[in-house]
Amino acid sequence: MSTTIFKHEFRMRLRSVIIWSLAVAAIIFLYLAIYPSFSQDAELLNEMMANFPPELLAAFGMTGIDMASVLGFYGLIFLFVQICLAVQAANYGFGLVSMEERELTADFLLSKPVSRQQILTSKLLAVLICLTITNAVTWISTFAALALFSQGRPYEARHLVLLLLSIVIFQLVFLTVGVVVSLLVRRVRSVTPYAMALAFGAYLLGAFSDMLGDVKLELITPFKHFDASYILQNGAYDLPRVMISVVAIVASVMGSYWLYTRRDIPSVT
Amino acid sequence: MSIIAVNNLTKYYGKSRGIVDVSFQVEEGEIFGFIGPNGAGKSTTIRLLLSLIYPSSGSAAIFGKDAIQHGPVIRQEIGYLPSEVFYYERMKVIDLLKYSASFFPGDHTARMHELAEYMELDLGRRIDDLSYGNKKKVGIVQGLLHRPKLLFLDEPTSGLDPLMQRKFFQLIREENQRGVTVFFSSHILGEVQRLCNRVGIIKEGRIVEISDIRTLQQNNYKKIRVAAGELNPAYFAAAGVTDLEHANGVVRFFFKGDINTVVQQISSLNVTDVTIEEPTLEEIFMHYYE
Repeated sequence: MSTTIFKHEFRMRLRSVIIWSLAVAAIIFLYLAIYPSFSQDAELLNEMMANFPPELLAAFGMTGIDMASVLGFYGLIFLFVQICLAVQAANYGFGLVSMEERELTADFLLSKPVSRQQILTSKLLAVLICLTITNAVTWISTFAALALFSQGRPYEARHLVLLLLSIVIFQLVFLTVGVVVSLLVRRVRSVTPYAMALAFGAYLLGAFSDMLGDVKLELITPFKHFDASYILQNGAYDLPRVMISVVAIVASVMGSYWLYTRRDIPSVT
Repeated sequence: MSIIAVNNLTKYYGKSRGIVDVSFQVEEGEIFGFIGPNGAGKSTTIRLLLSLIYPSSGSAAIFGKDAIQHGPVIRQEIGYLPSEVFYYERMKVIDLLKYSASFFPGDHTARMHELAEYMELDLGRRIDDLSYGNKKKVGIVQGLLHRPKLLFLDEPTSGLDPLMQRKFFQLIREENQRGVTVFFSSHILGEVQRLCNRVGIIKEGRIVEISDIRTLQQNNYKKIRVAAGELNPAYFAAAGVTDLEHANGVVRFFFKGDINTVVQQISSLNVTDVTIEEPTLEEIFMHYYE
């Protein structure tokens, strides 16, 4: 671990972290702000939802959600928060080492007296702190917005905490898979398409699996490992599925170190 | 102990050749020139020595330590100027140089300012606003500011104007006089000739010659030009003669071997003019690349 690299990596992403965190906070606040007016006509809302095609509801993870309850309402927006977090984490993951090679700064960094392990560890830790900031902002925004807009209606705080706790692993999956994929390809020309493809691909897999009722697809997407409506309704994780995410993280991290310490850094021309 | 010792170093990128069976030594205090055209394997060799890439076979030692195993320790004493310089675009020059310096123990601020002033580099500007030549200067300063014992310069002068090139060479000579060993890769022979003690010539991934720059010029080839009234160029065609040209009563050729044989040949002619001179490094070089 090199504090020099850690600080540099953190500083480089600070702006991006602030923007992502603000975006997530904005989604939570803006959405929960309409809860008071919705909750008045809660029954009406649930009736209206019942008229929507079930496939559509499934695509947005709205099956079996009571929109009138605080957490039912929050659970819907959490999917969008998850998409944001997934894009951000995947973005950092794909960019972690490929950024140096694309902007051709790898020669600068790797000719310094640091080992590849130190570089990767420092970078991973810096990005982890970045993601944790956005994570913390999500927690704070959630509780602040609920305090402001829940109309004093009761909700199961334990279920909510469980849901928010899942963010760490959720972020880690996208981060570490991003890193390992970026090391498996020869050169990542642009990070955004990769990050978008991974995040939205995973989301769409989850959405399709709901619509088609296909369980196999659910197993490979983190969106279904940490399904908001499941966690909020049951007050528990779907542990076998969480384990799939954990295994993916461990395998990706080990793979990343293995690949990066053996990697030939492509030269400029 | 050699500062750099390369043993049968080979690198293939998949099936395409990088370098093959390269061996050489660089001694302490030397300026070692490494010459060859683009694609011959100069950068590959340097990148292997810095363990930016890993060899297919063979080994290399720097300061007597294995280049891969002890990479981080070795690199504390190394300065590297890549052929193409690219840095974190959004940073200011001063921040980049500080970042670079922070990898090395000790305070390098004074040396950094000294070098920047000497190279006429504006520290306050953003990297992405810099011209190619100015980026190159950033590279020079970051490569030298921590007072390395060994310098890798990969085509260092491209992009520098002639005045800056001279200043840069002066800087390298001063470093060398302080005991710094320099590994200087280039395809421009003039600058190698000016600066280096010894050269290695690399062709298609293989070392074709390693020798003292003087011996290379003196012992190998003579450039001979003979002007005479009636000349049959075939008269000179013998072992050791190459590049035989004949035009307007003048014969030009390169000769390698006992000079007496040529002198005797010439003496039996009625010549109007004769020159025998050292070929430039450029001309020697072309021989290796025919």
